[in-house]
Amino acid sequence: MTPSQDFRLPARAGLGFKPEHFQHAMSAVDPVGFFEVHAENYMGEGGAPHAMLDRLHERHALSVHGVGLSIGGSGPLDKEHLARLRRVIDRFRPESFSEHLAWSSHGAAWLNDLLPLPYTTQTLTTICAHIDETQHTLGRRMLLENPATYITFADSTWAETDFLREIVRRTGCGLLLDVNNVFVSASNHHTDPRNYLADFPLDHVGEIHLAGHEVEDLPDGRLLIDSHSRPVADPVWDLFAEVIARTGPVPTLIEWDNDVPDFDTLLAEARAAETLLKEVRDARAA
Amino acid sequence: MPGQPELSHEIVEARFHAALWAPQTPDFVASGDNRDRRFAVYRNNVQHGLSKALAARFPVVERVVGSEFFAAMARVFVAQFPPTDPVLLNWGAAFVPFLAAFEPVRGLPYLPDVARLEWLRGRAYHARDAAPADLSALLGPDAGDLRLRLAPSVHLFESAWPAVSIWQINQPGTAPRALPRQGEQALVARRPDFEVVVEPLDPAQAHVLRHLIAGDPLGVAAADTDPTPILSCLVQHHLISQIEG
Repeated sequence: MTPSQDFRLPARAGLGFKPEHFQHAMSAVDPVGFFEVHAENYMGEGGAPHAMLDRLHERHALSVHGVGLSIGGSGPLDKEHLARLRRVIDRFRPESFSEHLAWSSHGAAWLNDLLPLPYTTQTLTTICAHIDETQHTLGRRMLLENPATYITFADSTWAETDFLREIVRRTGCGLLLDVNNVFVSASNHHTDPRNYLADFPLDHVGEIHLAGHEVEDLPDGRLLIDSHSRPVADPVWDLFAEVIARTGPVPTLIEWDNDVPDFDTLLAEARAAETLLKEVRDARAA
Repeated sequence: MPGQPELSHEIVEARFHAALWAPQTPDFVASGDNRDRRFAVYRNNVQHGLSKALAARFPVVERVVGSEFFAAMARVFVAQFPPTDPVLLNWGAAFVPFLAAFEPVRGLPYLPDVARLEWLRGRAYHARDAAPADLSALLGPDAGDLRLRLAPSVHLFESAWPAVSIWQINQPGTAPRALPRQGEQALVARRPDFEVVVEPLDPAQAHVLRHLIAGDPLGVAAADTDPTPILSCLVQHHLISQIEG
């Protein structure tokens, strides 16, 4: 994807920022290319979270990743939440903002998970309107992330890759390609992740996510759970290498949100991604 | 699916939401292997995720009742009082009245107050920032007419139970000790270095703090009490953000 004012992360490895790693993040020499935070954790009124993020961003590029907007929901976007997002974006001026192709609220309840939706012409229209409204309110373009899914809908009439391509065409947003999500979904739905990636509009990818997943062996077959609780799995590294061979270096986040290990373990994962990014950079320069 | 009308997005969502709290997998889920287990992943993510978030907010309540009991109780709470917006750090106020009415914890009548203390600590942690004031006016001859504006993180906690001591002895690494028999009060606030403090107060000092929070002049707040202990506590933690003459 062509760099722009809205997407300014360096094409290096990044880490999800954990407050318990603040001192490491501040004192390590050039640990990663960027840090990513969940927008909703910075929607308090003040205190340590805001102060830490200010200081972190003085030293490192910042990606703000929303997990609560429910862009894939059927109802109107929550205006108050959009206003909160706007405040976070205005205050921290991150190098990138991203959200999910998923829904998480219904009626008065917010469900704290990224729930799947059927891919139909109706849902496509709704989601594009939500993305238009988000980009308009925030005054910048966003990246939309492909989900990890466990079910499919009998009613879906679009392939996920076609659905995403059409969203990009209609709204001008970019894409956040979560390679672990691709692997988890493909395994769960007995499809080939390479076919999915061959179909994916890679020209519009502004960031990549990598994470670990859990494997459940069930009597009827295997189910993969997108748990963000482990190192990135080998087949996901392979897919990542194949993707960046096609796209060139892309900002790449290691996500590890549950059973979070020490900073050095996270850094080792980021270094592994950085090595693959460098190989691609060198190959292109040669 | 040819011949069958598409379910509307709204209906899919409403049925999906309902099924998160019911045992049946909704019929719009495509058939295949492990169908029920697949849908249960979402059920578990929602219920377990929110229950974990609640435990992170109320660690002492969890410690008092045990994690297994807490998880079961959280499941009931989450179904009745889910977050109403995506800002989880603002979620959980309803847990205090929930505990007061929840039959299985009736034998622990102090528990709602312990939860309220934990809730106030969270409020203090995320409260608006305010720079400490220049305190020289406090030393002047007309100090009784002054009104103190306290940092937005300052709360007065009051309980008819020894809830402050119960909270303290349930901190990791704290030795058990005998509990007082009477109720307790404390100042809960966040210092400029972001540490959240819980400072036990005697009833007279709590009375002064209540007046100060209400915006009464120092002379009114301290009409029948020497305010020195609470004032030095506020000064020591840099919690006076403005002094108005």
